[in-house]
Amino acid sequence: MTAALRFDPIRLPPECEKLRKEVRAFLAEEIGAGTFDPHKPNREDADAREFSRRVGQRGWLGMTWPKKYGGHERSFLERYVVTEEMRVANAPTRRFFVADRQSGPVLLKYAPEHIKMDILPRICRGEVCFAIGMSEPNSGSDLFAAKTKATKTEGGWLINGTKIWTSSAHIADYMIAIFRTSPSTKENRRHGLTQFLVDMKTPGIKVNPIGQITGQFEFNEVVFTDAFMPDDHVLGEIDGAWKQATSELAYERSGPERFLETYYVLTELVRAVGPKPDTRSAEGIGRLVAQLHTMRRMSVSVAGMLQAGKEPVVEASIVKDIGTVWEQQLPHRVRDLAAFVDPDASNHETLEKQLSFAIKTAPKLTIQGGTTEVLRGIIARGLGLR
Amino acid sequence: MAETDNIVAETAEKIFANLADAQTINSDKNGKWKAPLWKALTEAGLPLAWVAEECGGSGASLAEGFSVLSAAGRFAVAVPLAETMLAGWLLGQAKIASPDGPMTVAPANPKDRIALNADGSLSGRLRGIPFAKDAKHIAVLAQGANGLSIALVDAATCRIEAALNLAGDASDTVTLNQVQPVAIEPAPKPFNQAQLMLMGGVARSLQIAGSLESMLEVSVRYSNERVAFEKKISKFQAVQHNLARLAGESAAALAAATSAADAIANCKSFDDEVFLEAASAKIRCSEAAEKGSAIAHQVHGAIGFTIEHILHRYTLRALAWRDDFGSESYWAVELGKLVAARGADELWPLVASR
Repeated sequence: MTAALRFDPIRLPPECEKLRKEVRAFLAEEIGAGTFDPHKPNREDADAREFSRRVGQRGWLGMTWPKKYGGHERSFLERYVVTEEMRVANAPTRRFFVADRQSGPVLLKYAPEHIKMDILPRICRGEVCFAIGMSEPNSGSDLFAAKTKATKTEGGWLINGTKIWTSSAHIADYMIAIFRTSPSTKENRRHGLTQFLVDMKTPGIKVNPIGQITGQFEFNEVVFTDAFMPDDHVLGEIDGAWKQATSELAYERSGPERFLETYYVLTELVRAVGPKPDTRSAEGIGRLVAQLHTMRRMSVSVAGMLQAGKEPVVEASIVKDIGTVWEQQLPHRVRDLAAFVDPDASNHETLEKQLSFAIKTAPKLTIQGGTTEVLRGIIARGLGLR
Repeated sequence: MAETDNIVAETAEKIFANLADAQTINSDKNGKWKAPLWKALTEAGLPLAWVAEECGGSGASLAEGFSVLSAAGRFAVAVPLAETMLAGWLLGQAKIASPDGPMTVAPANPKDRIALNADGSLSGRLRGIPFAKDAKHIAVLAQGANGLSIALVDAATCRIEAALNLAGDASDTVTLNQVQPVAIEPAPKPFNQAQLMLMGGVARSLQIAGSLESMLEVSVRYSNERVAFEKKISKFQAVQHNLARLAGESAAALAAATSAADAIANCKSFDDEVFLEAASAKIRCSEAAEKGSAIAHQVHGAIGFTIEHILHRYTLRALAWRDDFGSESYWAVELGKLVAARGADELWPLVASR
């Protein structure tokens, strides 16, 4: 019998609504001060250093972490509100987002105490940027084929090899990467990889930018040549990264960033259509809003289950699967409807520019952070098919 | 089968499991299963779940009643349970007591109207009224010169032209020609026909979501049994990915429908947020019915296309339920108009309102 999927109707508690108002006021202030333009998603975030610190000052980084490490011991649902408001406003979050969502929690779980005390408070202050070193030229979705080698040496490890498609490596202070410390075994091909904390200033690391079809340079090739990692930079069990990397992904999959990446084109379409849409525009917008609302309810539900200490692994994978497919299709559906919009509408040019960027962004959405194919494999396993 | 949250739903689930087994129903050509099932449901007080005790019902909460509908969807039962519940709920809005026996509700289409004539009689032609020919009474919402009224009508006083929906369940045309109601009261303000349609739409959404849960279960089970090319078809990646997509559609329908039910169960008024929830549920569940039933049939191959197999009990009902109380395209237009009227910068605050 199939285990039933659960999506309890979770509502955000009152403290979230107070927080939401604070975040909106903060973002409006930042937009007013010219920190970023919410209508222009196609910019580089590299220089959003000060914005990052101000977000930290507000207490919106490391929100769920212990106070001891600079965190704020707030709920996942409160963090959810901050994340979705930032995303919808198109705020420049790249500098802190990976550290806050993913790298910080890994350090909390696996780093030695002195490293936690050193780095986590700096993440909370918005001072450090993280990258994730998973993919390699011949190892993408097949994570456990990674070859970049860590060889034991006096007091640490020497790293040799290449990571690729590493987002933000060019601006990152640290990377959390997996390296091969032993060969895989016949019984377990996932054996032999170890997670490391990499200081990007380490000699022997070279970051080469890679141009993307959007015209941006967000991801990179990172080449390691005898780069030395001290012993205390090993995170968790030597040769046992596969156990850690897979549990990490459940938290990464179901957030609002998994369906809001191209949301701006929907807002702009509604603006272009005006208050009295024709039947075709009304139906098109109505369907998209119903789908968006449903995605958000699913995603909030998973956040609520995580907060309650449950492990909704299959549900989280479903949110990412249908959420990323949705945000990928969104610009194309908006384009269908925009064909009938008055070309003299005051925001027509903005909409056209946004569409052109969103359509170019769309292909990556079902690839980054776990492809659709990998997600469907995980869901199939949850259904008892594999 | 999914866990249920309360004793009312558990009772319903047990009754369906005992008396509405899909295989038994499917093999019963004469519909002999219907009478014992209806009797058991009535004894458990489920058809009048939403009717207050002082009006002859069992006084269950909206939330409890909604979970009964989810269970009814999982079993895809073809008895007027949802319809009698909705009728009792509608009558209760005007404090009209509910009679015994199966009921249905009218209108079941946003564009249909029943007129309250000056002489107190009712007139109108209503299409797609579910189970009208099986109902003893019809709860109707009528429009008079002085606003809306809610009335209880004896089905025998109406002309009923039998018709069937996609799944072969009664979906009749009902004509009221100056019919004198059994009881009639003014509808409380601000009750309107849109609220009745949204309530009916959420009931259908829960039923669709329930039927999708069963489609997923039946399809997963079949894929683990059927062997082709010397292995179980569940081992083929193409089949696995189809089933993962079916799980996604089932999940979306479940989330949309249960969220809308929760919103209605806990709302003080039918505001824009409740409208968003209810309309979205009907839209998204109907879309899921289309995509999900196509996948369930694809996984089953030819056997699922036979009348002997139980799959059609779920797929055809899910597809048929899309049409009741406003289709997905109707609600999409209404939701789109609301969003456009509120303006671009009010869209996100609406979506993120809870």
